[in-house]
Amino acid sequence: MNRSLIESAGVGKVSIRSYALGFILAVILTALSFATVMSGEISRSRALCVIFTAAAVQSLVHIHYFLHLDLSSQSRWNVLALAFTLLVMAIFIAGTIWIMYHLHQRLM
Amino acid sequence: MSDYALTLDRAGEEDRELERATNQVFGFWIYLMSDLVLFAVIFATFAVLCRNYAGGPTGRDLFHLPYVLGETMFLLFSSATCGLAMAAAQSGKKNLVLFALAVTFLLGLGFLSMEAKEFQRMILNGDGPSRSGFLSAFFTLVGTHGAHVCVGLLWMAVTFAQVGLKGLSASVQSRLMRLGMFWHFLDIVWIGVFTTVYLRGVL
Repeated sequence: MNRSLIESAGVGKVSIRSYALGFILAVILTALSFATVMSGEISRSRALCVIFTAAAVQSLVHIHYFLHLDLSSQSRWNVLALAFTLLVMAIFIAGTIWIMYHLHQRLM
Repeated sequence: MSDYALTLDRAGEEDRELERATNQVFGFWIYLMSDLVLFAVIFATFAVLCRNYAGGPTGRDLFHLPYVLGETMFLLFSSATCGLAMAAAQSGKKNLVLFALAVTFLLGLGFLSMEAKEFQRMILNGDGPSRSGFLSAFFTLVGTHGAHVCVGLLWMAVTFAQVGLKGLSASVQSRLMRLGMFWHFLDIVWIGVFTTVYLRGVL
């Protein structure tokens, strides 16, 4: 019983292979982001697009391979809580930037 | 008959233990989500203030990307060894858990000392949090993440001692699992930090 507690109570199965795969993907995505900026050969807007996409994908990789979240019924409530949090985050961040940008425009 | 009742009782106890652990993991997940909201607010503040240099240094003047890549790698490797500790705990290998936790601790300490050194250099150069709005937001965001890592290291030291002294009992495993979640969560927040603060700042 003791030995399987982590597996049974966690949000998914823990395995070395899953961590190794996630780690390799994370290293590749991190290297891609840093290489894009450090090479300095790509235009600013394109580089921004690349690093933010890489960050989003890497977050998903970490959530899936390290936190073992998937769309199974076992982790449904965790995913639901995460989805709601992402909604709140989007409202906070996009709303703040929107309001402060317009304020800045009007005060110029 | 009494044997049967005893077996039932034991099975009931195991079920309760499992239910407890499952609830604790979910409760901790809710805490992590609220922590994520805290970081979202600080990220939003940073996004608003990130160009308010007040004639002071910009990200391009302050950040050295190879150094940040080093910090990122420390944290990423520590996430991997933390995963190794979880997998080892699952198969009941106590010594491997202790080894993996020790390595994770040292990598986390490496990250934290690099960050402390960066802060020290900036403050000694007169680029402390009071220099500009950009730097206030920078120190708040990166400092909050660093404080979380600091707490994580403290927690890891306590868990290391518990695994060493008590072995991999059900309650220790349950704590270990939540520590792992916390550590992976901090690594995810760091992805946001190195992308929005350092990489975007240098571009």
